[in-house]
Amino acid sequence: MSAYDKVMLARSKGRPTGTSFIENVFDSFIELHGDRRFGDDPAVVGGIATLDDIPVTVIAIEKGIDTKERLKRNFGMPNPEGYRKALRLMKQAEKFRRPVVCLVDTSGAYCGLGAEERGQGQAIAENLTELSALTVPVVSILIGEGGSGGALALALADRIWILENAIYSVISPEGCASILWKDAKRVKDAAECLKLTAQDMQELGVVEQVIPEEDISAAYAQIRSMLSEELPGLMSLPVKELLGARYERFRRF
Amino acid sequence: MNLMGLFRSPQNELEKGGKEAEDAGIRNSCPRCGVQLPLSDLQENMNVCTACGYHFRITPRERIAYITGEGSFKELDGELMSRDVLDFPGYDQKLRNARLSSREKDAVVCGTAEIGGCPCALFVMDPNFMMGSMGAVVGEKITRLFESATERRLPVVGFTVSGGARMQEGILSLMQMAKTSAAVRRHSDAGLLYLTILTDPTLGGVTASFAMDGDIIIAEPGATIGFAGPRVIEQTIRKKLPQGFQTAEFLLEHGFVDLIVPRHEQKETIASLLKLHRQGAAQEEKKGDEPQ
Repeated sequence: MSAYDKVMLARSKGRPTGTSFIENVFDSFIELHGDRRFGDDPAVVGGIATLDDIPVTVIAIEKGIDTKERLKRNFGMPNPEGYRKALRLMKQAEKFRRPVVCLVDTSGAYCGLGAEERGQGQAIAENLTELSALTVPVVSILIGEGGSGGALALALADRIWILENAIYSVISPEGCASILWKDAKRVKDAAECLKLTAQDMQELGVVEQVIPEEDISAAYAQIRSMLSEELPGLMSLPVKELLGARYERFRRF
Repeated sequence: MNLMGLFRSPQNELEKGGKEAEDAGIRNSCPRCGVQLPLSDLQENMNVCTACGYHFRITPRERIAYITGEGSFKELDGELMSRDVLDFPGYDQKLRNARLSSREKDAVVCGTAEIGGCPCALFVMDPNFMMGSMGAVVGEKITRLFESATERRLPVVGFTVSGGARMQEGILSLMQMAKTSAAVRRHSDAGLLYLTILTDPTLGGVTASFAMDGDIIIAEPGATIGFAGPRVIEQTIRKKLPQGFQTAEFLLEHGFVDLIVPRHEQKETIASLLKLHRQGAAQEEKKGDEPQ
C-alpha cells in the first residue's frame, strides 16, 4: 500500500471518528462543554469517562459522521476555542489527579478569519507549554489524520499510539506538493517523501506503538487493555519523574 | 590608494570601505511605497524606509549589531548543520543554496550578549535561510539556548522570522515545536524572563510554539504575524483577506502582542524591560541558593 493510499484511508468517510472511540473504549462518558472564554467548539469533544472505574479525562477531535454533522463539527478542524476547551479540561484533570487521554483526528487547525483573530497560534502554543508541564499522565492516540500543529496541540504526551492506517504529518501532501513543486498533481510523491505513515512514525520513534485496525472492535479492545495496563503505572510515578521522562521523550528529536 | 588592500583577503575593514563606496550608487526600492532609496541611506536608517517607515527584512548579524553592546555577542552552537535525514528530494541542494545566500549554517543564530548593559541569551532567526523555517537544527539551537539560559539564570531575547516548520524534515520538524515549547516552559518555571520580538513574517509552527510564548511580546511595525499563511486562508475561505489582516497592528488590537516597537527604539525598549526584570531574577537566585 502506498503512502498516499494510507492518506486516503486515514481520511476515508467510513472510518470511526473520535466519539466512536470514546463510546467503545470507555465504560461511561459525561461530555463537558466550552472554553469559558469565547464559546464551545464542536470540533473538540471532551469530558470525563471511566475505565475500570477509574475516572479519565478524554478529549477527542471529532470530524463527524454524516454531512450534516461534519458541517457542524467543521470537519474536525478546531478553532482556538477548541484548543482552549481542551486545555481547560486538561487543567481540570490535573486538579483532580485524573489521567488525560487524547484522540487525535484532524486535517489541521482551522485556517479562517475568526481563528486568526482569536489567536490560533497562541492557543496551540499555550497547549504545548502547558502539556509539557501537566502533572498528570497524558496518552495521545492518533486515530485518523494527524495534521500538523493542530494535532500536536493534543499530542505532547507520555505515550503516543497510532492506528495502523492513520497518518501524522507536518503538512498535508497537497500543501507540500503545491508549495514545493507548484504542482498539486504530485501529491502522491509528496505523501511518500513526507514519511507520514504509522509505520514511519514507529521507525522514527515518534510513537510507541502501532495498533492494528483490520478488526475495529479488536482495536478498541486493544486500546482499552493498553490504557488499563499503562495508566496505573504512569499515575504512580512521582511527578518529577513523569515530567522528566516527557521532556526527554521530545528532547531527543 | 592603499596598497595593503591588494594583499589582504576580502571581508576585512578595507574591503568594507570599498564596498560602501560602491554601494553609494545602488538603490533599493521600497516594497511598500516604491520609493528609490540609496543603499547607504537605507543602511544608515537601520534598513527602515526613510519615506514610509517600512521595515526591510534583515540578517541576524545586522540585528545583532543594532541591538547588542559592541563586541558583547558570543555565538553558541554556530557549527550545527542540518542533515537530510528523510532523504527528501532536493533538500540537500536547498540547504547548500541557503548556506550560500545567507552565509549562515542554518536559520537561527544563537548566543549570549549584553543589551543596554544587561546580560541575556539571544536568538535571531534568518529570513534568508529557507525563510527562517524550523527544522531539527533550529529547534535544537533554540532548545539548547533556553536550557543554558535556565542554568545560567539569564533572560532570553528572541527575534522571530519564519514561514513555519521545515517540511523537508517531515514529522521531525513538527517535533521541534514540542521540544522547544518544553524548554521554554522550564525556563519560565525558573522565574526567568522571555522577550520575543516578532518580525516579518512570523507564521505557522513558529507562531504556534516559541514565538507566542514570550512573557512580553513585541512586534515590529507592519510585520505579518499569524498561524496560517495569508494565501492558505484565502484558499480556505475563498475570499480576499481584509486590509491589514494579520499585521502587527491587527494582533495588538486583538490582544496578542504587548507592544509595537520600531527598529530604532528596540534596543532601548528591550534594555529597559531587561532592567525591570533584573531584580526579580536576583531574588529568585537567592531563594534557590538556600539549603534544601
